[in-house]
Amino acid sequence: MIVVSVPIGTALAIVLGVARVYGNRAFSLAATCVVGVFRGFPAIVTLLIIFFALPEVGVYFSPYWSAVLGFVLVTGAYQSEYVRGCIQSVSAGQSLAARALGMTRPQEVIYVILPQALRAALPGISNEIIYLVLYSSLASYIGVQEMFGVARTFNSLNFRPIEIFFTAGLVYAAIATVCFVGFRLLERRVRIPGVEAAR
Amino acid sequence: MAETNVVLKVDGLEKSFADNRILSGVSFEIDRGQIKVICGPSGSGKSTLLRCLNLLTEPDKGRVWLEGQEITNANVDVNSVRQRIGFVFQEFNLFNHLTALRNVSLALEKVKKMSKDEANALAMKELARVNLANDAHKYPAELSGGQKQRVAIARALAMNPVIMFYDEPTSALDPHLIGEVLDVMKKLAQEKLTSLVVTHEIGFARSVADEIMFMGEGKILEHGPPSQIIDKPTHEAVRLFFKRINELYRRDED
Repeated sequence: MIVVSVPIGTALAIVLGVARVYGNRAFSLAATCVVGVFRGFPAIVTLLIIFFALPEVGVYFSPYWSAVLGFVLVTGAYQSEYVRGCIQSVSAGQSLAARALGMTRPQEVIYVILPQALRAALPGISNEIIYLVLYSSLASYIGVQEMFGVARTFNSLNFRPIEIFFTAGLVYAAIATVCFVGFRLLERRVRIPGVEAAR
Repeated sequence: MAETNVVLKVDGLEKSFADNRILSGVSFEIDRGQIKVICGPSGSGKSTLLRCLNLLTEPDKGRVWLEGQEITNANVDVNSVRQRIGFVFQEFNLFNHLTALRNVSLALEKVKKMSKDEANALAMKELARVNLANDAHKYPAELSGGQKQRVAIARALAMNPVIMFYDEPTSALDPHLIGEVLDVMKKLAQEKLTSLVVTHEIGFARSVADEIMFMGEGKILEHGPPSQIIDKPTHEAVRLFFKRINELYRRDED
């Protein structure tokens, strides 16, 4: 479930970030609203609203897809803040240079700005993705069969909370650790030669 | 579009930012193969002028023609105009995430729609022209200021522009690196590449420029050949400017 939510969520984040920086009034405002809403509501509430309230207006999603939609919106909103900040940190001069060569705005954003902005946003984005892995436990509250939910059910049957939840915690920690290492390797791989923090 | 000898014509250019009148009516012409230099104190509007001419900044009033085509007309395709003007910035503005070669070839592929091989071949040729063939694979952070600026010049040249704009190209360089950039610019000037150069390098202007235009208070105060402007100017502000510069150099020689 997270494997599906993450790429879509990150893609959404890039769209929202770009819209807020480069969009005209309408796009920019719409993006800001979306971000504001989904950062403002707790993730669990967002999930519950999607799952319980949408059917009232005739939109039916299965628990799995409700969770995916909810996570995409929440992580997209949070990640877009990193994207937006990093876009703005790429020097304006490079933007001028790209346009002076005759590049269109989309070309400038795709080939010059985003490659640098996304590399800078990677630490923040990877942080959010790891959060998402851990927050996936919330999906159990709308009926998705996932590890935390199983742990809870198991606990209500056998009542050994310490062992059960500690074990669940360990599994999450193991997954998170794999993610930490994975992202560190990714950062190293996309690092721009010559641009290194002073040691 | 008639084949004309006047590459750039400017008439009555004006630009203000908030309440600041930066350009208050600039007019001049540049013929094919001419090298014109703009000198003047900081704040006189030199950078703004260049940016208005390639439409990076929108002028408030005035008209500009590039090879006979009016580019200040609203219907003009801005991007195709900018392709024909090569712009070299004071802060280089290289694309930091790309090698020198890719910096030069990116626009060739994406804007001029060349194939990857064609673009790389042309990029290598331009880098060789600025004496950087051996550093093509290096990233901007690994290059010295002088090398970075030469990559920037190669990047602009590769687009085969009809005129080059240089906005204080050596002002951000350490003194010992200025020479290598000026040498490249002199070589291009000898090849009769039409150029408009904003610079404080009087020596360069004296030896290379066909004409110097002195800017002050948002206008061209005086223009003429280097020997006139530098040594025997008529306008008071111009005289004062060069007198101070001469004093500065003389003081250094003591």
